[in-house]
Amino acid sequence: MTADQWIALVAGIVGGALRVGAPFLFVSLGECLTEKSGRINLGLEGVLVLSAMAAFGGAYLTDSAWLGVLIGAMAGAVLALLHGLLCSLDRVNDVATGIALMLLGTGLAFYLGKPLIQPQAPQIPAIPLGFWSDNTVVRSALQLNALVPIGIALAVLLWWGFARTRAGLLVRMAGDSAQATRALGYSVSGLRIAATTAGGFIAGLGGASLTLFYPGSWNEGISSGQGLIAVALVIFARWSPLRCVGAAFLFGGAGAIGPALQSIGIGWGYHLFNTVPYVLTLVILVLTCKPGSAAIGSPGELSSTRN
Amino acid sequence: MPMSLPMRSTLKEFALPVFAIAAALLLFGVLVAFAGVDPVEVWATLFKGAFGDWFSWQNTLQRAAPLMLTALCVALPARAGLIVIGGEGALVLGGLACAALAHAVPLPGNAVGTAIVCIAGALAGALWIVLAGWLRQYRGINETISSLLLAYIAIGIFKHLVEGPLRDPASLNKPSTYALNDGLLIGGIGGSDVHWGLVLGVVACLGLGWWLRATASGFSVRVVGGNPRTAQLVGLPATRLILGSCALGGACAGLAGAVEVAAVHTNANASLIAGYGYAGILVSFIARHNPVAIVPVAILFGGFGAAGSLLQRRLGLPDASVLVLQGIAFVLILASEGLRMVDWKALRARLFRASGSPA
Repeated sequence: MTADQWIALVAGIVGGALRVGAPFLFVSLGECLTEKSGRINLGLEGVLVLSAMAAFGGAYLTDSAWLGVLIGAMAGAVLALLHGLLCSLDRVNDVATGIALMLLGTGLAFYLGKPLIQPQAPQIPAIPLGFWSDNTVVRSALQLNALVPIGIALAVLLWWGFARTRAGLLVRMAGDSAQATRALGYSVSGLRIAATTAGGFIAGLGGASLTLFYPGSWNEGISSGQGLIAVALVIFARWSPLRCVGAAFLFGGAGAIGPALQSIGIGWGYHLFNTVPYVLTLVILVLTCKPGSAAIGSPGELSSTRN
Repeated sequence: MPMSLPMRSTLKEFALPVFAIAAALLLFGVLVAFAGVDPVEVWATLFKGAFGDWFSWQNTLQRAAPLMLTALCVALPARAGLIVIGGEGALVLGGLACAALAHAVPLPGNAVGTAIVCIAGALAGALWIVLAGWLRQYRGINETISSLLLAYIAIGIFKHLVEGPLRDPASLNKPSTYALNDGLLIGGIGGSDVHWGLVLGVVACLGLGWWLRATASGFSVRVVGGNPRTAQLVGLPATRLILGSCALGGACAGLAGAVEVAAVHTNANASLIAGYGYAGILVSFIARHNPVAIVPVAILFGGFGAAGSLLQRRLGLPDASVLVLQGIAFVLILASEGLRMVDWKALRARLFRASGSPA
């Protein structure tokens, strides 16, 4: 390969990691917050698609990308709130409810979003991170989604919040021991519903970045399962918001290897490269899990890490 | 009239889901009313599209067949205490194994050949779900997560092989494997569009339901799932039983993939990834992991799916509207599960006392 090809390949992967990783970042932070409170939300896939549609529709109707982002995040929060409420009922399984909400969220998004497939909506501005380079390939690859810095700040905020604030401590307590929470006079369900809803709000930002930045339009194939992958991402990041940032861009980068290779003429293994993140997560699980104990770093009440 | 206790609880068992579905239809009616469509007309069209005539029934049953098999992939491990949600992976690998074997090995073009490709599909599915069970039993990895990851890996492998090594060069727009020989295809029952896969699905549900209920090994599986401590105390081979139920469940999902290839698509292509694996999870939860109850639930939801195109053609509703209806129905039925244990008599008594007492 020539030097130009190498630069194009690296820029493609880094740029792809940033573009594809942005929705991953938000869904993983949302799922992290939810799981910290002791509940799993497989319905984030539905949240992501619904908020992607709502954000696009909101931006289209209000003519403002940022209002669209807000509307998308609100839509995500409402669907997640439903998940939180349903799971608080006795004998209601959070895994099954998540799958049902995945169906409901995508269904509602497709149903309500039918008229939005044609029009254009105002887009989130891009930060030109490639300003130092003369190479147009590099420049176009390094157009940074303005939501990404917000996401990174959010990750730091969550990390700080879990470690230092009262609210963060309460969420972690609800996730680690429901009994201790009850003994101290707090409502376990209330805390979990709040954390799930906030998680949906954050994941909704990811949906907004799908329709308002990259790929930047609404269609029914907008999500390729990023919401479900969030669950894997959080395990990969071992329930740390800071590590979620790294995990999201790693997953995004792994997903970008295939297209980047394709752009320089290597088409082999496109779909196999797309599975790299899942294989990596599985390998990490194999390395960190021991029979009879929960995964390292996982909240104690989480059903998906216990056997 | 006073009712005996078991009779009343059976009534409750049926009444709750039926009420939930009625409520879902009602909510759906409200939703379409916003779109300016008459709800009554929607309900009528829905019924007509799902169960109205023989044509609709064929469509419904064709969709119900894979749903029954993928639901079993959730139900059997669930009875052994595992929540497996990777049926989609087992289904696509089953379809792939079926198509690949038919292309690689010259098989007799009759029922024997069909049986062989179906068994190949079932084996592929079984291996995939057993892998999730094995990771749980020997490595301590939660099966819900690992089966989800394995499903994505399976879909990646499927796409890689279908678009690469196994691709029929003649399939230009839609990458597919070579089509099965006509002799291997599964035909319709009595010349209809309903293929023999439906019989396989029903037989599997009834047979496995009987197995769980009436055999020693089935009973042992239920003990392992229901009360692991007891199972340990009486010395049941828990790991073997768990892996066995995973294998049976995975075989069902793999069979579903093979049947879809042999009866519907004639080759393996991306249409196989249609979400039957995920819908099967919900069917199984609604049937409360009871294989016999899976049959009617799968037919009902197959019917909803079948009615979609009629709603679109007749009333101009988006094709996603059945997805919304299914979503609402699933959510409400799962929520009604939470009301099952409510003591209605005590609740009523308390409400009356509360409203009767002075404020």
